[in-house]
Amino acid sequence: MNITSKIRVRAVSSALAVVIVTGTPGGHRWGQAAYAAGQPTIVEIKAKKYEFSPNEITLKKGEPAVLRLTSEDRTHGFLVKPLNIDADIKPGQVTEIAVTPGLAGEYIVICDHYCGTGHGNMKMKLTVLP
Amino acid sequence: MKTRLDRRRFLRIAGTSFSIGALFSVFAPLARGAGGEIVARTLSDLNGEAPAPFSFVQLSDTHVGFNGPPDPLGTAAFEAAVATINKLRSRPDLVLITGDLTHDADSPDEHARRFRLFKEIAGKIGGASVKVVPGENDAALDGGGMFRELMGPTYYSFDHRGVHFLALDNVSSGKPAVGSEQLAWMKSDLARFPHTAPIVVFTHRPLFDLKPEWEWFTSDGDEVLNALAPFENVTILYGHIHRENFHQRGNTRLYAARSLIFAFPDPATTAAKKPVPFDRERPFRNLGIRVVKAGGEPVIEDVELAMNEYSGTVGMDQMLKHGKEDSIDE
Ligand SMILES: [Cu+2]
Repeated sequence: MNITSKIRVRAVSSALAVVIVTGTPGGHRWGQAAYAAGQPTIVEIKAKKYEFSPNEITLKKGEPAVLRLTSEDRTHGFLVKPLNIDADIKPGQVTEIAVTPGLAGEYIVICDHYCGTGHGNMKMKLTVLP
Repeated sequence: MKTRLDRRRFLRIAGTSFSIGALFSVFAPLARGAGGEIVARTLSDLNGEAPAPFSFVQLSDTHVGFNGPPDPLGTAAFEAAVATINKLRSRPDLVLITGDLTHDADSPDEHARRFRLFKEIAGKIGGASVKVVPGENDAALDGGGMFRELMGPTYYSFDHRGVHFLALDNVSSGKPAVGSEQLAWMKSDLARFPHTAPIVVFTHRPLFDLKPEWEWFTSDGDEVLNALAPFENVTILYGHIHRENFHQRGNTRLYAARSLIFAFPDPATTAAKKPVPFDRERPFRNLGIRVVKAGGEPVIEDVELAMNEYSGTVGMDQMLKHGKEDSIDE
C-alpha cells in the first residue's frame, strides 16, 4: 500500500525547483514513478537526535536529485533557506525532496523542528558543484 | 485635523547603566516640559487612554537548570539581575522575560523542577509585574503544554498606562513560527487601536532573518511585521540570540537582549555557533545587561555586571567543578 499524505510544491525560482513529497516507508515506488523521466540521483539521509547521516552530501548544479529523508526517533526539520527547502521529517514516513540545484555553492542544512537539548547544533553540509 | 507627533516624543526608550537586562523608561518626556502635556492630551484623544510615565525591564534567556562549561554559575546571573532590579531607585512597573526561562530537560519531572526554580527566583522581584513568553527550551517539545500549566498562556496581550503590550509565541509549534491561528488573533487584537498607539511586542526569536543557519529567524516573521507596519510606534523586544542586536524595519524597532547564562558570538565574524567561553576573571562578561538609549539614533551600550557580589561567598574554582557536560543550545 502506498499512501502519499502530503505534496508540497515549494517556491519554484529560476534558480531551483523543489518538490517535497511525504509518503509512508516503502512508498518508494511513488517517488520512482514521479521522477523516472529525469533519472534523478537518490540520496538517503537519516535524521536522529542530534545529527544527520551522512552529514555531508554533494549534488551537481542542474542535475535532478531526490533527497529521501527518514527519522529514527522523532520529528526533525530540514531547512536550507537559500534553496527554499523547508521540510519536516516525521518518524515512520519518508519525506522526499526533489531538487534541481540551480546555483553552485556550499549550504548549511539545519534541523529547524525543535528536537531536544542538542537541537541547536543539529546540522549538515550540502554542497552543489558547478 | 490631527497633530503630527514626533514618535520619539511619546515612545521614548531610555536605558540606565545599572540595570541588568534593559530598563526602559516610557514617556519620560511627558514628565517634563509644557510640550509633554500636549503630547499626552493628543494621545489620550487618539488612543483613548492617557499615557503615563513608567519604566520596565527586559530580561532574557535565563536557562534555569543549565549546567555546563559556558556558564558553571547556573542561576547566579539571573539572581544578580533580580537583586539589581530590586535595588533600582525608581522601580519598574513590569519585568518582561523573553523566553528560554528554563533549559530543556529530557525528563518532564526535571523540566517542571526547573520551571519551579525559575518561578522561585522571578518571584523575588519586588513590586513589578512579571510577564513571560516561552522560548523553544520551555515549550517546543510538548507544544507548550507544561508552560501553559505552570506559567500561563504562551501568547496574550495587555494594556499598561497607555501602551499596548503583545506577547507572541514563536516556539511552541516546534518550528520557528508564529502560525496562522496566532497571526489571526494578533490582527484582531490590533484592530481596535489607532495607528498612533504605542505598541510593545515581546517574543523569543527574531522576527526577521538575522542568521537562518543558526536558526535566528521566524519563518512567518514577515507576516507579523507586515501586520505591525501601519502602526507608527512599535518596539519589538526579543532574546534567543544571547547577544545584543538592533534592527529597524520601517517604523518598527527590534531589540535583542543579552542572555543571563552565556553569550553567543557575532555570526558575521564567527563560523561556528558556539557559546563564548566562560571567563573566570569576568564571569558575567557579555551577560545580561543591555542598555538602549533612544532619541536620535539608538545607542546600544555594553555594561557588565560586577563580580564582587560573588567573590568570597563561593570560591570560583569550586564553582567550576560541575557535573556532566550539558548539551548546549540556544
Ligand atoms: Cu532535530
